[in-house]
Amino acid sequence: MVINGKLIVSSSPHIKSVESIQSVMTDVLIALFPAALMAVLLFGYRALLTIIIGVFSAMLAEAIWRRKRDLFSDGSAAVTGLLLALILPAAVPWWVVVIGSFSAIIIGKQVFGGIGYNIFNPALVGRAILVVSWGGHMAGDIWPSPQPFAFGYDAAIVTGATVLASRELAVTFSLPEMFIGNIPGSLGETSALALLIGGIWLVYKGHIDYRIPGGFIGTVFILGLLFGGGFYANNLMTGLFHVVAGGVMIGAIYMATDFVSTPVTPVGRLIFGIGCGVITMLIRLWGTLPEGVTFGILLMNAVTPIIDNFTIPRQFGGVNKSA
Amino acid sequence: METAIGMSMAVVFVMTMATIVTWLLFTFVLEPFNLQYLQIVTFILVIASLVQLVETTLRKISPTLYQGLGIFLPLITTNCAIMAVALLAVREEFVFIEAVVFGVAASLGFSLALVIMAGIRERLELAEIPDVLQGSAVTLITAGILSLAFMGFRGMLSL
Repeated sequence: MVINGKLIVSSSPHIKSVESIQSVMTDVLIALFPAALMAVLLFGYRALLTIIIGVFSAMLAEAIWRRKRDLFSDGSAAVTGLLLALILPAAVPWWVVVIGSFSAIIIGKQVFGGIGYNIFNPALVGRAILVVSWGGHMAGDIWPSPQPFAFGYDAAIVTGATVLASRELAVTFSLPEMFIGNIPGSLGETSALALLIGGIWLVYKGHIDYRIPGGFIGTVFILGLLFGGGFYANNLMTGLFHVVAGGVMIGAIYMATDFVSTPVTPVGRLIFGIGCGVITMLIRLWGTLPEGVTFGILLMNAVTPIIDNFTIPRQFGGVNKSA
Repeated sequence: METAIGMSMAVVFVMTMATIVTWLLFTFVLEPFNLQYLQIVTFILVIASLVQLVETTLRKISPTLYQGLGIFLPLITTNCAIMAVALLAVREEFVFIEAVVFGVAASLGFSLALVIMAGIRERLELAEIPDVLQGSAVTLITAGILSLAFMGFRGMLSL
């Protein structure tokens, strides 16, 4: 192998992969495209604006910190920016998006040494900071309801909360409506269908492990079924409600599967997914906040090193220590 | 990681015992004699002697752990959390069993945070952290994000 004009001799096996950070991140961006498209279709031009500002300011933050002119670079900043934009409400002011992106990239990622070293999911760090700092913009009364294909409307016209906030609101939407995404909520989290399409593609490409979203969504479904509080007459439907409502789908498929901040062992990944689901449902059912996905994944990110430590797979062919 | 768990055990022991002993002292000695103004002095004395007990025992039982903890073991005495738990248990006028549960639960919470931080710090050792942020700077930022994450539980068990 020749690197920088030097001949490097290394022992076999030599596995060459065409995958690079850039190619994987591009795949994730493609997978997020249906969700972003649905966001723009449902919430109009403000959604488009928020997404563009989010992506651009995240790339800018990364470029400034690394003092490089290359805006796209490895693409990870674009993914973080897009994810952050997709978990913000449509009516959010532009400067909140910019502050969110900058804190996501700088506090969430670069402070720890850049890509590959972040302990927490950067987009979620950005969102958590925004939720705590500008709770009024992030929750409360200014969640716009979707107006499909209405590009000209001003977000100030409509007000509505996330479907998780009140039971009266929740029952006005049918499950198929929620599955398609025609409900109030953050930009990209409402359409379970679009997220699922991207998720299936990512699993097919081998970028994410089905164990994390499987464990996450499964746990939310079961806990919703058991303790969901009877949004619907049928408990099975209540379970499904909890899966398609709020940020579970986007969190489970795109954020809990972040390559860096999640466990590497198969068992660890399953534990991670289940843990995310349990904390999410704890906050949803018994906490004061309507939604717990952000905090659930952040907390599980924090215990990831411990999970990895305790789930190291057994090595075959090694020497037994105690023997 | 082993050191963190050892430290947690020490804190669990000291915090629980301190809460119990200080509660008993306050209720049966200080209060009947109207000596409440002595509570901080008394509590510090109780905590210090408990830490001394742990230190002596640990040196005998597990010298490696004792070495690993080093100066931080006697520093448990100045751990504000222990003092706070003892003072709060008295101020909130808990009955005895409440005080015990309060002590155990608070110390378990402390252990959770400690073990999580230890895990994260082990990982940060391998990270290419910018020079200006090495050491306590990045640890404080991590602690900040961690406390953000725990804010999700805010108001869950409002009494």
